[in-house]
Amino acid sequence: MATRVTALVLALLAVIAPAAFAQTPKEVVIGVLYPLSGNAAQVGIDSANAVRLAVDIINAKHDLNLPLARGEGLPGLGGAKIRVIFVDHQGKPDVGQAEAERLITQEKVHAVFGAYFSGVTQTVAQVAERYGVPHLNAESSSPLLTERGLKWFFRTSPHDGHFSQAMFDYIRDLEKRRNVKFKTVGIMHEATQFGSDSAKVQEELAAKYGYEVTVKISYRDKATNLDAEVGKLKAANPDILLPSSYTNDAILFVKTAKNLDYNPKLLIAQNAGWTDPTFVKEMGKDVEGHITRAPFALDMAAKKPMIRQVNEMFKKLKDNSTGRDISDAPARAFTGFLTLADAINRAKSVSPEEIRKALVATNIPADQLIMPWTGVKFDEKGQNTGVRAILQQVQNGAYATIYPFELAAADPTFPLTPWKDRK
Amino acid sequence: MTLEVLLQGLIGGLLMGFVYALIAAGLSLIFGLMEIVNFAHGEFLMLAMFATFWAWALAGLDPLLSLPLTAALLFLLGIAVYHGLIRWILGAPMLAQIFATFGLAVFLRSAAQALWGVDFRLVKDPLVSGRISLGGLFIGLPQLVASVGALAAFAFLYWLIRKTETGRALQATAQDRQAAALMGIDTQWMFALGWGIGAACVGVAGGLLTIFFYVFPDVGASFALLAYVAVALGGFGNVPGTLAAGVVVGVVEVMSGLLIAPTLKYVTVFLIYLAVVLWRPQGLFGRF
Repeated sequence: MATRVTALVLALLAVIAPAAFAQTPKEVVIGVLYPLSGNAAQVGIDSANAVRLAVDIINAKHDLNLPLARGEGLPGLGGAKIRVIFVDHQGKPDVGQAEAERLITQEKVHAVFGAYFSGVTQTVAQVAERYGVPHLNAESSSPLLTERGLKWFFRTSPHDGHFSQAMFDYIRDLEKRRNVKFKTVGIMHEATQFGSDSAKVQEELAAKYGYEVTVKISYRDKATNLDAEVGKLKAANPDILLPSSYTNDAILFVKTAKNLDYNPKLLIAQNAGWTDPTFVKEMGKDVEGHITRAPFALDMAAKKPMIRQVNEMFKKLKDNSTGRDISDAPARAFTGFLTLADAINRAKSVSPEEIRKALVATNIPADQLIMPWTGVKFDEKGQNTGVRAILQQVQNGAYATIYPFELAAADPTFPLTPWKDRK
Repeated sequence: MTLEVLLQGLIGGLLMGFVYALIAAGLSLIFGLMEIVNFAHGEFLMLAMFATFWAWALAGLDPLLSLPLTAALLFLLGIAVYHGLIRWILGAPMLAQIFATFGLAVFLRSAAQALWGVDFRLVKDPLVSGRISLGGLFIGLPQLVASVGALAAFAFLYWLIRKTETGRALQATAQDRQAAALMGIDTQWMFALGWGIGAACVGVAGGLLTIFFYVFPDVGASFALLAYVAVALGGFGNVPGTLAAGVVVGVVEVMSGLLIAPTLKYVTVFLIYLAVVLWRPQGLFGRF
């Protein structure tokens, strides 16, 4: 009899226990990895601030048409608050890997988020995959990240395939509009995963669109001298130059091009350095007419007023003491983090598998985004299918959206002014 | 690859090489004097660049005008670092010395980031700007001024070490510190002076670089790496050898980028370094 009762009690416990012990957590912990020191520290710090803003919007009440803005905390988890642990990976893949391990095993985070550099995102994604923890990436643009069949990796941002496609579409449309014909393309890229993968996609697209790549240069982003690189470009002199560079090398490239009188007719950059707000501010007239791809621009606020509201909140953040504007990468971080929180809320659980399922089922409409996208929805590879890239051009010292033409705030100028005519 | 492109590369490499050489000279001097490798050398350069930048941003002083100030400031920094840190680890094992200067590097870099943030900064509209063109070849005036300045600093350094009494005392201390002490030379002061002069070299180099290069907390590291190569190439402690070695590094960097591939330009530089360390450890030009 006693054994029967024990068995009954045990059986009852087995049924009740999961419900009893899996009480909704008081907080959801997310590990956020960014480069907070090193060459890309400013982008990392801005992105971390964007995450802080997203956390505030989720945890407190706000009258904004954004996911989770109107309530406090995550209603699906009984109002649980989100807590973030920031980690500095210094732009180093090995540090990113070790920190991701620590976040998952020591800090017991429910999801990881980051990490800007494609090369670091790659190692973080591998750790998350091994432990079976959801990893949302909001800004790394190497196409290969979502081509490896990772089960736990999700990316809200467009990748360099989308971006580069927009560049070539623009080149073709510009040919029609201005009645010009381009033949040759030069590709210059920094040698880590971001630059290399970007260059690879651009080479494939150039072949597809019928342009000849006459020069392809890979270089180290920490180079102290780019005379050889610019010398090679000048010797080959392609019609169009497509650089993929971070901020410091972008600065050095423009200075060297000016010094050696290198003048491409059209320059379309793969984001990164070209969209760092410092770059345009410091380089001034020397980058007038340069074009970069971007998924985000503040001048889109004319068509999406919420962008202005979010930017004002961003500028007032305590950690953003100099009042910087929200730029491209942080805007993507902001959107990506809200997407992740939205999924955890719908999962109604912090179990990794439930969060993953909720991420797969994500469907955020366009009007709840500050991005020019058609929404957020992931394909079977974890890539957001609602992405759309835009091109911006430096006009009168600031970026203006020029493509796609229906979103444009300004007409594109062409060709680039040669150095001898710039003053 | 046309002759014009190659000549242009040669000019660029030469001009940059003189600046590399001056950065390396300070490192070489300190090593020659007391066999301590200063891993914070790149950070000294960074501080010199920030000093130059702030003199421009806050007081409107052009990098060329603030050059003596920067050099003096770095001279004092060198002496302070010697008295505050190096003096205490002179007899310590080599590993402790490495950690001490490496730790100083991390400290200075993080302090710069905490104090001045992580934006890239540029001096706008310096006194010298633009370029001169010679039959299709271009010479950047800032680069030209920087390399002439670096050469002048080298000439001064050479005169100081070879022709003055203080310089001879420095050489004597480098050769045998006990014998030098017995001859009545204040070796402690010589060591401090060595650090001061070494840091002042990098102060001048940093001031000159700031005319055309961005300023950033991490900027020193890449230059320091090339400076170590130049020091090994020129012969540890051999200051004139360092001049030639710096130029070799500058020219090899650009030429291998042009002739082989830009990705491989540092591979070539470091292959030369390895070859020298393996087959001619005293450096191409021997010790002084």
